[in-house]
Amino acid sequence: MGKLYKILKYFFITFWAVFVVAPFLWALTTSFKDFNSVNGGATYIPWVDFEPKLEGWRVLIKSPANGGVDIIEPYFNSLFVTCTASLISIILGTLSAYALSRFTFKAGFVKNNDITFFFISQRIMPPIVLSIPFFLFLGAINLLDSLIGLIVVYIVLLMPIAVWIMVDFFNKVPREIDETALIDGCNPYQAFFKVVLPNSIPGLIVAGMFCIIFGWIDFFFAFILTFTEVQLLPVKIVALNSSITPWWSLSASALISVAPLIIVAFVVERYLSKGNLSGAIK
Amino acid sequence: MNLVAENLSYKPDEQFHLDEVSFDFKKGNIYTILGRTLSGKTTLLKTIAGLLTPDTGSMHFEDKNFLKVPVWERNIAMVYQQFINYPHLNVFENVAFPLKQRKVDDQVISDEVTKSLKSVGLEGYENRKIQELSGGQQQRVSLARSLVKNAKILLLDEPLVNLDYKLREQLREEFKNIFSQGLSEDSIVVFSTTDPREAMELNGEVIVLDEGKVLQVGPAKEIFENPKTLKVAEISNDPPMNILKAIIQENKIIFEEIKVDLPSHLSNLKEKNFNLGIRASDIELSDSGFEFEVELAEISGSETLLHLKRGNARIITSIEEVLNFNIQDRVKINFNANKVYAFNEDGVLASSPFGGSYV
Repeated sequence: MGKLYKILKYFFITFWAVFVVAPFLWALTTSFKDFNSVNGGATYIPWVDFEPKLEGWRVLIKSPANGGVDIIEPYFNSLFVTCTASLISIILGTLSAYALSRFTFKAGFVKNNDITFFFISQRIMPPIVLSIPFFLFLGAINLLDSLIGLIVVYIVLLMPIAVWIMVDFFNKVPREIDETALIDGCNPYQAFFKVVLPNSIPGLIVAGMFCIIFGWIDFFFAFILTFTEVQLLPVKIVALNSSITPWWSLSASALISVAPLIIVAFVVERYLSKGNLSGAIK
Repeated sequence: MNLVAENLSYKPDEQFHLDEVSFDFKKGNIYTILGRTLSGKTTLLKTIAGLLTPDTGSMHFEDKNFLKVPVWERNIAMVYQQFINYPHLNVFENVAFPLKQRKVDDQVISDEVTKSLKSVGLEGYENRKIQELSGGQQQRVSLARSLVKNAKILLLDEPLVNLDYKLREQLREEFKNIFSQGLSEDSIVVFSTTDPREAMELNGEVIVLDEGKVLQVGPAKEIFENPKTLKVAEISNDPPMNILKAIIQENKIIFEEIKVDLPSHLSNLKEKNFNLGIRASDIELSDSGFEFEVELAEISGSETLLHLKRGNARIITSIEEVLNFNIQDRVKINFNANKVYAFNEDGVLASSPFGGSYV
């Protein structure tokens, strides 16, 4: 039983790993091929099966006039919008989460849990429901087709995630830590910034990771709220057409678009295994 | 100049957490709040600390309205039952935190922290992470942090309760030493505990608290010798004092067909029916005694606790040696009649072996 279980376990793990990694490897090899290698049948090992070429990657930085795919600008647009929106969402979300976790609010029948649910409920609706209000709203304040407008929309979408994660996290940080900080001479703001926040880094990282991922991969709002002036990476990638853009360039674009997420995953994995709250309370 | 509170009440839900609590704490003294769990000990300490605002009542310290002073300006120190430290700081930084908050000079901080860590026996641990310490060491760090401040009011909320037996004994000794040497004439120590022995050992003024009410205030010895009511007798003894319904007839105490000669200190009782109180330690095994049935026998440390039954009477006795009994064994016991207490039918002390009476 034990042995069979082990064999099955590793079989499925291997199967799943191949399933997940194979497309990336395929894209990675393809991005280093040229016309002949791509059309010359299934080849995977560089220098043995085919001669690697950098043409696919060079295309990325060429201007469209010279046959490039022009994803540099959408790439930095996406980076700017995602990072700014995530940062603002984390700051606002952390503050509201701390308030929801530590103080009691009451307005008629509305209490802390209802307010928390109100934040989260923003993500329950299908995005399409929000599209028309967002469009009209951005149109009214003249922010359609602009980076600022996108940042505003993404804050609305990302802040609930930050609130949700951080409320849960702060609920697990013992109140006695805040109280001890107050007793040790901190006013409530100092208690938050000097004691609670430094102990919440794991939570901040998780919340930040989710914000960055959801912001980076969003296609829907980036698509309907922009036209010609501003373009985000997901929209640009979808617009690439394999009959115009060669396969090796498509592969390179796909890889470079997931690169930030891979970096985020590695950083987060490092931090999450390191930081924890044990020792605060036993 | 004392810490004086009058009629503090706090009722956040159906129950009173504090019910008209008044006290007058003088500087240079140790006060022990003795009470069972949920009796309001933590609430009272948090109220003194300023973490809770009572619904009614007043509190003054050094002629200031203490309820108007925010927590962070009260100059108090508090040690929690759980070991609360700042997990992101090491031992030195933890202890230095309150001084840094006061913007004390770095050299002074360093000296004070070293002194404080030394007094709790943690020198050499300055650079350790909190997570690397054992429970007892973590509790010492929080004690060091509260001592370093030289606070005028030091609150200790069951600081020993989450520790294992040996550490508890050891830290209790150290507490006594620290209190006897380290405290200035200027500070008030308030120590809360569920353990009567702890309260007796600290030997300060004891406040017996139950369901948010103060039942009795007095020196530890007085609480032990003359508990005002049945409740106090129960709370201030471990195991709780045995209480039996008894009557007096013809110079005998009679309960469950047991007759004991009336001791002299009970001879003046006016009422016939009363509650007889006797400590577990004042009951001994004796071949010429009265027969009881064993309901449960626990061995705790070097003593044996016997839960006995006879008719409707249930008593607990502690025997100073390790003995093995089976359930439903029959044992014979004798009562030390000179040590019994009499409480009237309302539960108020009528006569004690030490001469006290509240009737």
